[in-house]
Amino acid sequence: MAIVIYAESENGKFKKTAFELASYGRAIADQSGTPLLAVTINHDDTEELARYGVDKVIKVNDAAFEEFTAQSYAKVVSTIAKENNVNIVVLSSSANAKYIAPLVAVSLSAGYASNVVALPDSLAPLTLKRSCFTNKAFNTTSLVAGVNIIGLSNNSYGIKENPSSVMETADSSVSLSASSLKVENIDKVVGKVTIADADVVVSGGRGLKGPENWHLIEDLAETLGAATACSKPVSDMGWRPHSEHVGQTGKPVASNLYIAIGVSGAIQHLAGINSSKVKVVVNIDPEAPFFKAADYGIVGDAFEVVPKLIEKLRAFKSF
Amino acid sequence: MKILVCISHVPDTTSKINFVNEDTAFDTNGVQFIINPNDEFGLTRAIWMQQKQQAEVTVVTVGDINCEPTLRKCLAIGANKAFRIDMQPTDGFQVAQEIAALCKKESYDLIIAGRESIDYNGAMVPGMIAGLLNYNFVTNCTALEVEGNHATASREIDGGIENVSCELPMVIGAQKGLVEEKDLIIPNMRGIMQARQKPLEVIPATDSVAKSSISKFEKPAPKGAVKLIDADNIDLLIDLLHNEAKVI
Repeated sequence: MAIVIYAESENGKFKKTAFELASYGRAIADQSGTPLLAVTINHDDTEELARYGVDKVIKVNDAAFEEFTAQSYAKVVSTIAKENNVNIVVLSSSANAKYIAPLVAVSLSAGYASNVVALPDSLAPLTLKRSCFTNKAFNTTSLVAGVNIIGLSNNSYGIKENPSSVMETADSSVSLSASSLKVENIDKVVGKVTIADADVVVSGGRGLKGPENWHLIEDLAETLGAATACSKPVSDMGWRPHSEHVGQTGKPVASNLYIAIGVSGAIQHLAGINSSKVKVVVNIDPEAPFFKAADYGIVGDAFEVVPKLIEKLRAFKSF
Repeated sequence: MKILVCISHVPDTTSKINFVNEDTAFDTNGVQFIINPNDEFGLTRAIWMQQKQQAEVTVVTVGDINCEPTLRKCLAIGANKAFRIDMQPTDGFQVAQEIAALCKKESYDLIIAGRESIDYNGAMVPGMIAGLLNYNFVTNCTALEVEGNHATASREIDGGIENVSCELPMVIGAQKGLVEEKDLIIPNMRGIMQARQKPLEVIPATDSVAKSSISKFEKPAPKGAVKLIDADNIDLLIDLLHNEAKVI
């Protein structure tokens, strides 16, 4: 028996979720008295994982896996799990991890719970608290297969240092199966923090009055090192790309801080951002439903409040 | 081209979420059910392929008789026929096994399912169907073109778009972008009348087994009241975010 995490990396660096998964995996490993393994793909220096309690890293370094495809990465994770007698696989909630999870589940004939928000209530059966109804509720799910997969909601457990005394590393290889699926190209903004990875998200709604005013959102986001997001009407009207739309039919947000400017707070929007830890709203309408969901609120005109907020934050940051 | 669109019958996005039977079941009382929005984006894309590329569009759901109005709506939107696999599934794995069994019998070229349902948010079914059938799979799909046996598709990734190509058969996890909100088809009277005549076949479930079960539901703890800060006192907000909330 063993626990394995898939520690994702990008441009040769571990993603923050890799450390969160390691921290979470460590806690389960301690509960169950089994070793914590980590799989990495094309990642050279894995030493950082020792800080979060990984017992053994299994490195798959092969040019064939240079490009992410769900089929090939799922095969790596499931092969390593099979070879190491793993009974719990822990994956993150990144777009890629959620893409491979169901494929890994089929290949291991495993139970799979996505959107898990806490450590297991029990290990036998593996019982987990998950969010559902787009964060409007939680459920308790028991996984009853021999091997089970936990999809951990990003930012729900946090990163906890717990250094391993010795961390082993081993190289492994996995053969690639033939597939007609080819990645043609990737169009990705470089150097901009994404909604999925951001600690802070700044979001704009119809209160901004038009796309020409989005510099307010962008400047505020830049000051905070935040990702930018928007409400559904804003994306429907084409003011912003729908990749920025957060809410029930858009992206979920689980940041530490979510700042909504001129967003009224429709129930679908609030559902999508419910996992964010601290919510701030700026809206001219004191009756806006967002005030009921927020931790801090300012009733005021975004066009006056936001520039002042940016100025004050810049002063605060420069201390 | 034979297309299968998998439909989930879900509470409307504005529904109040409550639970009954000591928090073990969703309270359907007064709840309006709709086609899962991600499935509806996929269905609309399929109907376009029916109109322009003579595709045949079948819809399927795994559920009891209460799901039939949702399937009729899909027929009114333009699907050619519908299957209801008669069971109350326990989890996504079971749904995927049932749909995969249907696909083995009917051999579809393209299988479209929403990337996730808005009730359980599992994001499991399309990937598991692809895994069970060993078909190509693109989830979070924001664009899809099929020509002959060849498909090109776009996948929304964290911070961008990935463009891929592959051969059919394939499974798509549909989302907004595949078509836009304004493209969704509102059934007209003719469509609704025709839908009554279209085949809706109820088929028995296979012996699929679930790998998980839900024992209870709960709602988030009620939130404390918002702290209102005067618009002229931004310093206080910054102080609270730094010292109280500790997020900046």
